[in-house]
Amino acid sequence: MASVVLKLGDDISTDVIYPGRYMATVLPTETPQFAFADHAEFNAKLKAKQIPAGSIIVGGKNFGCGSSREQAVSTLKGHDLIIVAESFARIFLQNSINLGLRTVAATGIEAAEGDELEIGGEEVINATTGKRFRIEPLPKARQAIVDAGGLIAYTRKRLLERMRAG
Amino acid sequence: MGMTVAEKILARASGLASVKAGDVVEPKVDLAMSHENAALVINQFLEVFQGTGVKPKIWDPSKVTIIFDHRVPAESPKTASNQKKVREFVASNGIDRFHDIRGDVGGICHQILPESGYVRPGNVVAGTDSHTTSHGALSAFAFGIGATEMASVWVLGTALNVEVPPTIKVVVKGRFRKFVGPKDLILHLIGKISAQGANFKVLEFHGSTVRAMSTSGRLVICNMSVEAGATAGIVPADRETIRYLRKEAGIKGEIELAAPDRDAVYEQVMKIDVSKLEPQVACPHTVDNVKPVASVIGTKINQVVIGSCTNGRLDDLEIAATILKGKKVAQKTRMLVFPASGRIYAQALAKGYIGTFMKAGAVVMNPGCGPCLGVHEGALGDGEVALSTTNRNFKGRMGNPKSEVYLCSPAVAAASAITGVITNPRKGVR
Ligand code: SF4
Repeated sequence: MASVVLKLGDDISTDVIYPGRYMATVLPTETPQFAFADHAEFNAKLKAKQIPAGSIIVGGKNFGCGSSREQAVSTLKGHDLIIVAESFARIFLQNSINLGLRTVAATGIEAAEGDELEIGGEEVINATTGKRFRIEPLPKARQAIVDAGGLIAYTRKRLLERMRAG
Repeated sequence: MGMTVAEKILARASGLASVKAGDVVEPKVDLAMSHENAALVINQFLEVFQGTGVKPKIWDPSKVTIIFDHRVPAESPKTASNQKKVREFVASNGIDRFHDIRGDVGGICHQILPESGYVRPGNVVAGTDSHTTSHGALSAFAFGIGATEMASVWVLGTALNVEVPPTIKVVVKGRFRKFVGPKDLILHLIGKISAQGANFKVLEFHGSTVRAMSTSGRLVICNMSVEAGATAGIVPADRETIRYLRKEAGIKGEIELAAPDRDAVYEQVMKIDVSKLEPQVACPHTVDNVKPVASVIGTKINQVVIGSCTNGRLDDLEIAATILKGKKVAQKTRMLVFPASGRIYAQALAKGYIGTFMKAGAVVMNPGCGPCLGVHEGALGDGEVALSTTNRNFKGRMGNPKSEVYLCSPAVAAASAITGVITNPRKGVR
């Protein structure tokens, strides 16, 4: 069980998650400081470590739309946040899988800030309201990358397989 | 079963006789493009090799291209140091298709690739930039990926675990009216299907309007396909594609065309008639908040921006220069022009467009991404409004979350620069 620490609407763009003016900062060790930088209050809480690891951001449809910038994922991953949304934009979803940011596509998700959510294998239960929401499973192809521990590990594995095969 | 263009390309690149939507494939990548974010790609690339005892090696440096465009010339020591790191990597890894900050071969990646002849019909193009969809204008399957995925491509030469996307066929007919064009078409389409309307799908463009469109216009509609969420936008190759590749991209030798099968299976067919289309404007803060220009006429604007990978090409500058010739940019409005590449800049200079802009009071900037993504120059003040030919108007996009960005065609932008308020170029400028 974890709390919803931020509730957002549809079409949350990567410009909102990680504003373009911080894009010169690229390393996953350095990007977390700029998460939701234009959302000053939330950013301040993150930086002050007032948001526990495993906390949840709830979004609507098309979360992470826009740019392919991976900072938008590493910045959230750096705070160990979980993103529950109605749906995700393609590149953001793939980047999340590649970097190991936990994303959950929950059909019709309804939750307010402060609600407690329980994320199971097949559904998200909003313990505060008692409502349940079905989870869209990840396509198999993407699950393989998650299972390997992210794309770097997966690529390393594939590289070594290739070398062995000569 | 017949295949769409995307399916045909992915089948060939994956060594399969046929694929269909939903199949998982590992296509070989023909061109792997990055810009400044190559700094992160390099970092992730080196990490893949850590602990393996294998010396880091790019699978095929001739298929890698890197273009500096997002922050040129560097705006900060941090960017400059990242660029330096990329330069060193490029030199020591034999990457020849490198476009540094230069007036001759520099510019925005999505213009450099086509004009340098790096993209051909049937290619798989992966780029660490969401607008990599642009290159579907030349009948390639071109899509955006993140930096870590690019690192994986650099190592293996393939894109991993790609699901073949379903394709929406968009059939466009009718002749554009004066001062209406490809930008209005794509804004109209995005407004219609929404920012998620094509998420995880391909938009394949057909019809007499698309056939009559120049490659420059096709780059506009494929560029902004991603604003409807599309994985790729594709215009099947035709005579215009060959003309462009031969005349403007200098490609010699055989060019294969990539066309869909007659019995290709589409998820949906959409029809659009542009013969009565009015200039379109995307209002703050989403690209799908599209309205005909008439409904926002008179909105006061502080800054007009003409340029970007969407509308910074020669025909865009030509329309703007035609409207601005002999006129002045309104006193309380600033106008910034940034051509998409050095080559386009030189052409615009030779044709007198640059002089026209300067006489009108516009500031002509160096080719690159300029103010488009708000990291570098042309930021907006609190409460200010921009009217721009770029492709995104998300909150904070031009560097200030307390500002607003409207998106439009070069014709609307130029006409509005003169009046200082959003203006319909078709109604003329008083
Ligand atoms: S011009 Fe704008 S949209 Fe195009 S590549 Fe540059 S930053 Fe991206």
